[in-house]
Amino acid sequence: MTAVVEAHRAAKNFGQVEALLPTDLTIGQGEIVALLGPNGAGKTTFISLMLGVRKPSAGSVSLFGLDPRDRRARTRCGVLLQESGVPEFLRVKEIVDQFRSYYPAPLALDAVLEMAGLEEKSDALIHTLSGGQRQRMYFALAICGDPQALFLDEPTVGMDVEARRNFWRRLRDFAAAGRTLLLTTHYIEEADAVADRIIVINKGRVIADAPPRVLKASVESKRVSYDAPRAIVDTDVAGLPVLRIVNADGRASLFTADPQALLRELFDRGFDLPNLEVVGASLEDAVVGLTEERHG
Amino acid sequence: MAEASAIRLAPLWPMIAAQARSEFFRLIRVPAFSIPVIAFPIMFYALFGLPSAHEHIDGIAVGSYVLASFGAYAVINVALFSFGITVANDRGSKTTLLMRATPLSPFAYLVGKTIATLVFSAIAISALFVFAAVTGGIQLQPLLWLTLSAKLLLGVFPFITLGFAIGYLAGPNSAAAILQLISLPMSFASGLFVPVDDLPAFVRSIAPYLPAYHFGQLAWGAMGAPVEPIATTILWLAGFTAMFAAVALRAYYREEAKSFG
Repeated sequence: MTAVVEAHRAAKNFGQVEALLPTDLTIGQGEIVALLGPNGAGKTTFISLMLGVRKPSAGSVSLFGLDPRDRRARTRCGVLLQESGVPEFLRVKEIVDQFRSYYPAPLALDAVLEMAGLEEKSDALIHTLSGGQRQRMYFALAICGDPQALFLDEPTVGMDVEARRNFWRRLRDFAAAGRTLLLTTHYIEEADAVADRIIVINKGRVIADAPPRVLKASVESKRVSYDAPRAIVDTDVAGLPVLRIVNADGRASLFTADPQALLRELFDRGFDLPNLEVVGASLEDAVVGLTEERHG
Repeated sequence: MAEASAIRLAPLWPMIAAQARSEFFRLIRVPAFSIPVIAFPIMFYALFGLPSAHEHIDGIAVGSYVLASFGAYAVINVALFSFGITVANDRGSKTTLLMRATPLSPFAYLVGKTIATLVFSAIAISALFVFAAVTGGIQLQPLLWLTLSAKLLLGVFPFITLGFAIGYLAGPNSAAAILQLISLPMSFASGLFVPVDDLPAFVRSIAPYLPAYHFGQLAWGAMGAPVEPIATTILWLAGFTAMFAAVALRAYYREEAKSFG
């Protein structure tokens, strides 16, 4: 079976900036994948290569076994880009109809509007839409061709929490029919709510590729940090519930799923913990942690 | 899964039709575009043509001569502005980026815009003709109305490719001003406002190198005025079309390399 996306040592530079380092990736049919990472990590660059909007500086990317610039490959894809526009003086139903004409077997207009939650806004001019409605319109344009694969770059930008949850439900409904879905996000909650595979990308490099529960375990940990005169190493905390150690700027950070037990043990063992701090690990911590695991 | 070669593309003509429809709506719904391109030729006709509609120039009634002139002016403006402004906007608003990620055929994009431009041009010259017939008492044979309209619509291509080039060279905020700076002086120097023979000698000497001058020849010829041979006109218009298309394509590929490379 042909993979939906296949990248071989695909890389992209913008002048001196290495937006994506040589990367291998395969996305099979029916997978629901989230590309997760902070802003500027290279997510948009990667998705642009997959869609043929940008050309790789090195290596290759194929879409449905074809060059992503081949219109036949795009005919099977729906896309929602982070940066895009449509003529502002068209009505919602008109732009959806225009985009439906790009595909050989599009969904019915009414079905598209319903799936995107735009029935009420069918006759509205695009320039009158709110940010969230606009995002739903772009979603309608992405799904109207009945695509086998859906690519969404930061689809919930500009949506409030409730709108975001509704949108995830729509996404899951759409993907339930065996469609392939790839979305980029910097919210781990979003990746967790929608995806069954999360690819963490940072500084142009894929640093983790795992199901959500594995990554969540790392993110839901707590960080116990304190001023340490010397770097703490594994043997210092042998037998303690420590997932990961990071030493930086004269402070040691211990990541743990059970901060209470860890602190009790540390005090029992006579550790001195000046400027002690216990905080929830952020996604950034997780990303940084993953970087260290892979390369440290 | 089907082999790649078995993937169907969407049929081309419905795609072109949908594209043309959208392009037409976005033109007619923007008063900053639709009102000037329809009203200006009528206004100029009222100013320059009506007062002396029944005098004669080059052996034909001034009313008819000026009607051909401002018909040409109307079509030039529709083509320049519809292509120039929408292309510049599509680039500025990242519409081109989204379209690139869809299976839209670039051919359908261009043909759709061209059809919308032709339909809008037909509306603009019809409005002018109705005004001229009602107020100026211009009586033309139905065939003559048709010949003039057909020649104006068939001669539009240099202005489409020029509009496309400006749309790719200018930004969305500067396109309208640049187009106006091209359209008005070019139309004036080509004899569309004042007959070429009445222009200052210097302007008269550059007129034959302007696309609007040869487009005017097409229009005046339809009304029976003495003009250059039709083959000469066609050659000039085809040459300008090709030249502006080359500029447009160069700008297009430059942007292609920058934004999509």
